[in-house]
Amino acid sequence: MLYFSKFRIILVISISLFFILIASSNLFKFENDLLNKKINLGLDLQGGSYLLLEIDNNPVIEQKIQNLSITIRNYFKDRNIRIKNLKILEQKLSFSVNENYKQIVLDTFNDEESELNPYYPRFKSHQLDITEEDNIFFVNYSTQGIVKLKTSSQDQALEIVRRRIDEIGTNEPNILKRGNDRILVELPGLDDPMRIKSLLGKTANLTFRFVTNNDQDSFGAEKLSYEDESEEAALVSKRIILSGDNLLDAQPRMDSETNETVVTFTLDRVGAKRFGKATSTGIGKQLAIVLDGKIISAPVIRDTIASGSGQISGGFTFQSATDLALLLRSGALPAPLNIIEERTVGPDLGQDSINAGMIALAIGFLLVIVFIFVKYKIFGLITNITLIVNLFLLIGILTIFEATLTLPGIAGIILTVGMAVDANVLIFERIKEELKDEKNNLIAFDSGYTKSRTAIFDANITTLLAAIILFFMGSGPIKGFSLTLGIGIFTTLFSVYFIARLLTVLYVYRNKEKEGLI
Amino acid sequence: MIAFNKYYNQFNILSISLVVISLFLLIFKGLNFGIDFKGGTLIELRSTDNKINVSSLRDNLNSMNLGDVSVKNFGNETDFLIKFEINNNKNIIEQIKANLDKSFGNTFDFRRVENVGPKVSAELLKSGVIAIAVALTLMLIYIWIRFEWQFSLGAILALFHDVLVTLGLFSLLGLEINLSIIAAVLTIVGYSMNDTVVIFDRVRENLRKYSDIKIYDLTNISINETLSRTLITSITTLLALLSIFFFGGEILKGFSLAMIFGVIFGTYSSIYIANTVLVRLRVSQKTVLRDDKSN
Repeated sequence: MLYFSKFRIILVISISLFFILIASSNLFKFENDLLNKKINLGLDLQGGSYLLLEIDNNPVIEQKIQNLSITIRNYFKDRNIRIKNLKILEQKLSFSVNENYKQIVLDTFNDEESELNPYYPRFKSHQLDITEEDNIFFVNYSTQGIVKLKTSSQDQALEIVRRRIDEIGTNEPNILKRGNDRILVELPGLDDPMRIKSLLGKTANLTFRFVTNNDQDSFGAEKLSYEDESEEAALVSKRIILSGDNLLDAQPRMDSETNETVVTFTLDRVGAKRFGKATSTGIGKQLAIVLDGKIISAPVIRDTIASGSGQISGGFTFQSATDLALLLRSGALPAPLNIIEERTVGPDLGQDSINAGMIALAIGFLLVIVFIFVKYKIFGLITNITLIVNLFLLIGILTIFEATLTLPGIAGIILTVGMAVDANVLIFERIKEELKDEKNNLIAFDSGYTKSRTAIFDANITTLLAAIILFFMGSGPIKGFSLTLGIGIFTTLFSVYFIARLLTVLYVYRNKEKEGLI
Repeated sequence: MIAFNKYYNQFNILSISLVVISLFLLIFKGLNFGIDFKGGTLIELRSTDNKINVSSLRDNLNSMNLGDVSVKNFGNETDFLIKFEINNNKNIIEQIKANLDKSFGNTFDFRRVENVGPKVSAELLKSGVIAIAVALTLMLIYIWIRFEWQFSLGAILALFHDVLVTLGLFSLLGLEINLSIIAAVLTIVGYSMNDTVVIFDRVRENLRKYSDIKIYDLTNISINETLSRTLITSITTLLALLSIFFFGGEILKGFSLAMIFGVIFGTYSSIYIANTVLVRLRVSQKTVLRDDKSN
């Protein structure tokens, strides 16, 4: 255990120097790409927002079921089968057919190549499940159908969330899928988390619909209240003249005539045509601008608008007009998003945490170093040098992988400092014991290293196991803790078996004859 | 040589009572779960006006119908920690901000806001419990592979003791259990195991070496031989932890405190629980030699 070849010595020294260099790149700027890496600071240290959003897919499913009812009716109508008693029951459809057609309906749904009920060739499971009870058919989404629906609405929502966040221009946002109905958003260094929350919380489903005064409207009508509650709720037709999909652009503006903040919009070709037609036939009528089920305003149409652009007024402040324009530009979410977890840290608290963490690290380090030096003298010095290199190795590895350092992560580093001496202590204590019977320093040191090996191995494996479990089970900050703790075990073993042993060997060879060496 | 073995019985009784008391506390008093596991909202505020105190802040918030609100100082006089139960109002933070600005002027800085919904808190609690269970199982498997079953039983009893008594102490003192406490408990599991394994390693070595020494004395020899290592490692680990506790800021206080308890219990249990199990199971040289042959 005591022999080191020249090559090994050079290797150990160069590895150590390399990591010291890498670790120090956090403090200095290097031109070289390899060296110009930095540890990322977690949101708890640099300040920022962590938001976990959950997509509420129920409205999507209900909408799809509604569309499906029309598809089914038309499909069978083309085949001269009349669908009777078609009902929509939340996330299910029910209908009945003539006794003679029952088998045909069932076969249509269960056919592997079915047009009406796809997916089978690809997923070995249909999109829809059909059951029959007392002559009534029930159709609902199969497990596979729900999964597809969820992933597709998640994809769309992710895209919209990304656009909205990009519009605000936060630096390096992290937007990730979680499961099949969640989206994780990490926004470092955010000034105003409330604004982003309110922007993400809005579906931004915009429609232009006529206000009507009879509920016998052929498309149906619904009573909607005003956003600012300035007027009584109004009856609005369900017929959609225009939707947010037809918008090409939206911008906040100051109306020079009324001195009011408005949102101007430009429509695409289809939208412009429809808008022109509606405004020409509907002169004198009120056109309600509805956002997420609330009326923003309902101006009376005075003229035909054929230009394909217009403006929305509604008592906006400049901020609210800017936000509405942003929402309209980035598009509507396929389904409402709920913020189910939020963690926001202000930048000054983050800085305070960094300072506290660094002070704790410095003091903890100093206490350990002084204690070990007093206890082991020259070998204490060796341990302490090892400890310092160990710290550089740990920080160097975190830097190479550009890992994220969190406050618990700093705690993990401090804890590593405290526990890292364990291996050296085990070795030195063992050597002391060996020296009681063995007068030859070299033999005693050699067997001290050999005999302590299993205990050191066992001891570190247990901590490593705990760190690995934490890494896979923990979230955010806790992951940071397990990361530093886990990497710390490897750097500790390296520094103990290569650096500390090298230094010990060099010292022992020079003092072979000396008694009471340790 | 210190005669640790003279007090095996006394300390076993002490440990059993501590575990029983802890279980009682956990069942009847329960744990003070933080918002991570219970759901709810946490706000850390800093005020620029040092005349504002906990009670004026509490009165103000109580008027907002937030349910069960807790307000306390956090670290110093001008920092406050506000916690309240799950609230379905999406704009609650804005409303609190507006309300505070109206009553106290614009003196508050919202330093930290955490909001955990019921679904997420249930998931976090579940994954925390799973993490601890998986950790204990893995340790059990590991020690079972490395040692004879008598040793495994000793180590696992020591582990359960440390985890239960630490949680019992948290229950007794009403300290908050949050995600970082789960991390602390897992680290304690690793540390306690580490400590036990080092002594067990020596016990096994000594069992092979001395055929004529009874396990009662043999454990004592092994404890003494490894004692200075046990103490030095515990001391350096405690030094690091105390430094986190005193200087690492308010957020790490609970975590470091749990770890401090855990290291103390872990050190104690490797001496007085793990080893006494070996004595009570009458482990002898045959136990380890039989194993050697079968390998």
